[in-house]
Amino acid sequence: MEFERREAPFLAPTTDVAAIMRHVLYALVPAGIAYVWYFGAGFVFNLIVAGVFCILGEAVMLRLRGRPVEVTLIDFSALVTAALLAFAMPALTPWWVTATAALFGIVVAKHLYGGLGYNLFNPAMVGYVVVLIAFPLHMNLWIAPRMGDLDYQMLTIAETAVFTLTGSFPDSLSFDAISRATPLDIVKSGLNNMRTFDELRVYPMMGNFGGRGWEWIGNFTVMGGAWLLLRKIIRWQIPFGVLTGLLIPSSIMYFLVPSISPSPGFHLFSGGTILCAFFIATDPVSAATSDKGRLIYGIGIGLLIFAIREWGSYADGVAFAVLLMNMAVPTIDYLTKPHIVGHPTKKRKSGQ
Amino acid sequence: MSSGAATYDLGNLHGGLRLDDEKAASTAVAVQVLPIPQQLILPIQQHVGEPAHPIVGIGEHVLKGQLIAEADGSLSAPVHASSSGKVLAIEPWPVSRRRGDSAPCIVIECDGEDQAIVPVDAPAPFNTLTPDALRQQILAGGIVGLGGAVFPTGQKLMQAATMPLEHLILNGVECEPYISCDDLLMREQAAEVLGGAQILMHALNVTGCFVVIESDKPEAIAAIGEAMATLDDARITLKQIPTIYPSGGEDQLVQLVTNREVPSGGLPTDVGCVVHNVGTAAAIYRWICDGEPLISRITTVSGPGVATPMNVVARIGTTVGDIIASAGGYTDQAVQLIIGGPMCGKSVTTDDVPLVKATNCILVLNQTRPIGAEQPCIRCGECATVCPIQLLPQQLFWHASADNEDKLRAHGLTDCIECGCCDLVCPSHIPLTASFRNAKARIQELADEKARAERARIRFESRNERIENEKRQREAELAEQKQSALSAGSAAIADILERQKRKHDDQEGDE
Repeated sequence: MEFERREAPFLAPTTDVAAIMRHVLYALVPAGIAYVWYFGAGFVFNLIVAGVFCILGEAVMLRLRGRPVEVTLIDFSALVTAALLAFAMPALTPWWVTATAALFGIVVAKHLYGGLGYNLFNPAMVGYVVVLIAFPLHMNLWIAPRMGDLDYQMLTIAETAVFTLTGSFPDSLSFDAISRATPLDIVKSGLNNMRTFDELRVYPMMGNFGGRGWEWIGNFTVMGGAWLLLRKIIRWQIPFGVLTGLLIPSSIMYFLVPSISPSPGFHLFSGGTILCAFFIATDPVSAATSDKGRLIYGIGIGLLIFAIREWGSYADGVAFAVLLMNMAVPTIDYLTKPHIVGHPTKKRKSGQ
Repeated sequence: MSSGAATYDLGNLHGGLRLDDEKAASTAVAVQVLPIPQQLILPIQQHVGEPAHPIVGIGEHVLKGQLIAEADGSLSAPVHASSSGKVLAIEPWPVSRRRGDSAPCIVIECDGEDQAIVPVDAPAPFNTLTPDALRQQILAGGIVGLGGAVFPTGQKLMQAATMPLEHLILNGVECEPYISCDDLLMREQAAEVLGGAQILMHALNVTGCFVVIESDKPEAIAAIGEAMATLDDARITLKQIPTIYPSGGEDQLVQLVTNREVPSGGLPTDVGCVVHNVGTAAAIYRWICDGEPLISRITTVSGPGVATPMNVVARIGTTVGDIIASAGGYTDQAVQLIIGGPMCGKSVTTDDVPLVKATNCILVLNQTRPIGAEQPCIRCGECATVCPIQLLPQQLFWHASADNEDKLRAHGLTDCIECGCCDLVCPSHIPLTASFRNAKARIQELADEKARAERARIRFESRNERIENEKRQREAELAEQKQSALSAGSAAIADILERQKRKHDDQEGDE
């Protein structure tokens, strides 16, 4: 009998890229449902627009780069980028804003850097930051969450669709009637106007601890993140690093000057913190690779989020924090090379 | 569990994998003794080092246990006839060491009598021999490391004896899936394993021995525990370790048992340990106490491609095809033939390869890994998480692709034990281990080439020097001749000048 010759090991690999990306998408489902419950169908439209343009951008770039389009498209990585973008976008966003973010993320941040595995920066965050700067008006308008106010007005699916397609409402509606400052904006401008955090936190928009709606979206995001941790798709170092990197300085400030410092719980559950800790910072391609490196990378992001919220001009700093730490990854990787078993340790070396 | 001696007092092993053990099928039945085959194929190199040197002629009749090829050189092991019969040929034959390519083998046609050679004198009790004589004796039995490394045991002992030693570690850890030959050996021949341990302790002058077994082998643990109780040798301790691949690697086992790291490029003896496989210990016992050299071994025949998975005792030299036929033959799922385990084994193209001293498993799998299905690395770092050496396989792969020898060295390529853990967890299905194996081979090739070039350079330079010397010598001789010729010539010239002068003076005088 004749047999084929192969190289060891002969056992089949236990997972693949598509499976990992699929799991990430599954893990986002609870948070997505919570998002729609609080902010309406706009999220779904954002998701569709981002998905279409991410896949389109990916397919075109693969073709231009002479790579097999079908094989790579099914790795779902473009869809993960799209999903993260949809979460980052305001619930009501004209389609061209989302499309710009999607195309910029996929075409420039991902494929011009060499495609999956080679991108230095997180594509979703690059796309988000580009539109944050290019379309500041649209990116700063958030609608009120369900039950956030007494005069809360729920948008119909048709009204949401019209706004997504045209960027304006039917005559009966104005943006002023439905838009609200986000909890982070309330805190930022409130504190700038010499009000105390205790005065601000009684606003119905501020919810119980992290902002109406946001806190529950955060809880569901944690659920998905915990599932990823259990499935070992992500490791604990990055989420732990991001959360402690934000919690420690915010706790210190809250303890020292409670009147003008948002509570640590508010920091944790408002804005994009939780999503960042479990889904954005954990993007393996743009994160550090060693265990120690990941911890440092995570803590760096947490600290930067705090610094930007506390002293920066933007209400939230997740995207900037992630991109800044992306830049530091090669250095972190270089400085945190693990000790190879059997090699002399630094201590032993200097002792000699 | 019957043994109270079992402990979990262990060092740390980084990473590793918990693999499905796939051992149930082959451990369900007792070890089957296979009949003597019609033909034995005995490669003259079944060990690390120099091939043995055949000392039998074609047509010669040999007896079971007779030396047919003697150790040649400082690192080598002899080969003995596994049964009686006639030497048919000494010719190239496909072997597993070379993945089914050919290597010289002694082919014996068995006569079926299985007549053993009568020893000159009955073996002396081992404890009457000096450790050094015992080590020499072990070398003569053709014993090699049966865990797969096939380092000649005699030489390993001689090297170890030059070092300060604390522990003898008997490796009963079979961490690769499917393989169960050591498990069955310990279950059925525990007394021989421990007898071998006593011989090894005497040969090495050590007073402590750990027999290490994975905790998922309760039968083997019970059997060894019982044999320990019978033997009542306080020097021997049983240690259980958790089942994590690749804890059975020599250096990994030392790390687990003693919490000491074997230095890069070094040996376990550098940290006071010497490791032998339990099968090696049993083979030493049979040779030293019963006078039977290494002519048979237990091997596992398993995998979805084999009809009746089992462990067999087969004579060294039996072809793999014969052994599989004894295990009920192939199933229709047989796709890939592997000598060794599914993580570190070698795939061979034909079942004509013989069972050799190293063959601990014959595995027939129902699938092959697809080639070329790899995707780009997404830097997930899983490979680094599972690497028992704490290498960064993703970085190594990057440097291996770029053929960057300096970076490969700096990232510890030579420390890679090729366990294959990184391959299994890689979501991009990158053939990491194969790329490291190739990179190592390339670096070795370059080093060899460099050494050859260096030798050639030295040869060339000495030749140049020789030529230069000869030239200088010739020149010196020439100069000397010239000098003498010159001095002779200048005398002649002076003579002429003198004569001319005289002539001139004469002429002047004439005017």
